[in-house]
Amino acid sequence: MAVAELPQEQTLVRKQRSLWEESFIRLIRNKVAVVSLLFVFVLAFVAAFANYVAPYDYAEQDLMANNSVPKWMLVILPANAENYVRITDKYPLGADHLGRDILSRVIYGARVSLSFAVVASMVSLIIGTLYGTISGYVGGRADDVMMRIVDFLYAFPFLVVVILLQTYFKALGRASGMTGFGAKLLEINDSMGGMLFLFIAIGLINWIGMARIARGQVLSYKRKEFVEAAHAVGASNSRIIIKHLLPNIIGPLVVAETLAIPGYIFTEAFLSFIGLGVNPPTPSWGIMISEAVPALRSYPNQVLVPAVFLSLTTLAFNFLGDGLRDALDPRMKQ
Amino acid sequence: MTRYIIRRILGFIPVLFAIALFTFVLMRAIPGGPFDFAGDKSLPPQVVANIEAKYHLDWPLWKQFLSYLIGDDLLGEEGTSRGVIRGDLGPSLRYRSQSVNDIIATTFPTSAQLGFMSLMLAILIGIPAGTIAALNQNTWLDYVSTFGAVIFLSIPNLVLAPILIWIFSLKLGWLPVAGWGAKPPYLLGFLPQPSQWNWNYFSHAIMPVFSLGTASAAGIARLTRASLLQVIREDYIRTARAKGLAERTVIVVHALKNSLIPVVTILGPAFAGLVTGTFIVEQIFGINGMGKHFVQSVGNRDYQVITGVTLVYGVILVIANLLVDITYAWLDPRIRYD
Repeated sequence: MAVAELPQEQTLVRKQRSLWEESFIRLIRNKVAVVSLLFVFVLAFVAAFANYVAPYDYAEQDLMANNSVPKWMLVILPANAENYVRITDKYPLGADHLGRDILSRVIYGARVSLSFAVVASMVSLIIGTLYGTISGYVGGRADDVMMRIVDFLYAFPFLVVVILLQTYFKALGRASGMTGFGAKLLEINDSMGGMLFLFIAIGLINWIGMARIARGQVLSYKRKEFVEAAHAVGASNSRIIIKHLLPNIIGPLVVAETLAIPGYIFTEAFLSFIGLGVNPPTPSWGIMISEAVPALRSYPNQVLVPAVFLSLTTLAFNFLGDGLRDALDPRMKQ
Repeated sequence: MTRYIIRRILGFIPVLFAIALFTFVLMRAIPGGPFDFAGDKSLPPQVVANIEAKYHLDWPLWKQFLSYLIGDDLLGEEGTSRGVIRGDLGPSLRYRSQSVNDIIATTFPTSAQLGFMSLMLAILIGIPAGTIAALNQNTWLDYVSTFGAVIFLSIPNLVLAPILIWIFSLKLGWLPVAGWGAKPPYLLGFLPQPSQWNWNYFSHAIMPVFSLGTASAAGIARLTRASLLQVIREDYIRTARAKGLAERTVIVVHALKNSLIPVVTILGPAFAGLVTGTFIVEQIFGINGMGKHFVQSVGNRDYQVITGVTLVYGVILVIANLLVDITYAWLDPRIRYD
């Protein structure tokens, strides 16, 4: 950062810290944000090591125990539940209508939601930042054209387009006879339980908002003195963008991206809910909810468990995003 | 202003054209057609070929698209299509007795009522909640409202809807589980008849409207709070107070109006969210709206319905964005469109 390189002679009373360190300290002091960060870390750990953590396999069926619940869960079931429900403590959060352990499915489902959150935000952050930075930095006609394209795409009904793309990809996956690159993609997609195409569909769309923010940030910084100084000492354009502009604009972009993550998680759950998400039997919280809604009256637990995990995860990302914003830009905190 | 609006409306044409082209091409590129029935119901190939010929699916793609866009007579061909430009969205390929226009005419009013009420809920809860939070900064009112906003922002409608049904329909038995209270014919084409404005209508509407609108309400509340807090520190607010204006006037006339400018900018995306949120909410509550129909027609490969409904969504969105921009100019007189 430009500000951090003060000359040695200028000794200050307070210990010198970089802006990033300051931000980090502010973030650590924010209890809600720290708890959220811990929650996300634990969830990510559990998701990454799902094979070891989950008590059963996500597709393993125990048809003698379908729709079973452990004893303590009877409180949330209807009053006459003893008459129709199987009570067994074998499955800690019960089993679904196909006799699969709900806890294990929730754990494997975290994999889908979190990898979606990471990949979708990375893709849109990278494409959006590149596009917006170039557009803002180059300026002039190129900027006009690039922003016209963004405005144009902005008018598209986003979720409708994702649904259409996903329908297309899913139908491709079912059709055979693809060769070469297409076949390779389909193979990767199958091995990921149908997530690859979901990433592509979302990544293709979501960079638009990020590009606008990045461009606005670049525009506000590119006339600043430190950029001019860099120009004066003969720095190349790419060096100015990477060394001087990006460190300054990345904060708001990361905050916007963190706050957008709940939206990505919702989108995945939504697509899975309407049957356009991951391929069964790969579990996703959206699929679990959608499969359990028809039996809501008899087995509300099957909806509530994935619903609680989904809501807690998005809540954590929302708190984390708020905390990051306050930490990176203290002026925003009122 | 009028010139600006006309120019914007002309600008819609390429966007809608691109949406139509994109949907049209993508849908026809999908393997599997509307007449593939699995198993016993599958049709002999000659029959499929005949049906496809009837709907001109045997034509080259560019010709099909032109027929869809401008109609068969302008193309110099025999056929029934009058073209999108004359308001004919074509026949449904799955529901043979209905045209896409029929389907939209019956399903759009329900979705429009649902969406409109949700938007009203979002505005009528969001703005007051944000204002109260900002005016009572760092009191319990502020904390409750801010915390509530994050919670509701984090609960997606596909979670909220089943939970509401579980509590209010199944446990307490206060509200009906599913359905919609108003039936056609509609007033002005989309409003329920005055005779239907009764408890039956509202009891059916409460839960879908809440599942759809609360997240937007939370977003609006957060933004109103942040923006109002910034505005009430401005010099002109101090001036207004110094003039001896009543606190009420200062807040409502001077502060709130200015603080709504950033709020209006998210109304566009919020509206888009409501439109697409209907996919889920209509599904869960069994409401025969356009969103539910869209999701079904995607599964059915009902090309014409998909393209037609996507176009309607496109029109709604561009109009919503235009309204947002006009409101923007009204709130902030420094913004001039010409």
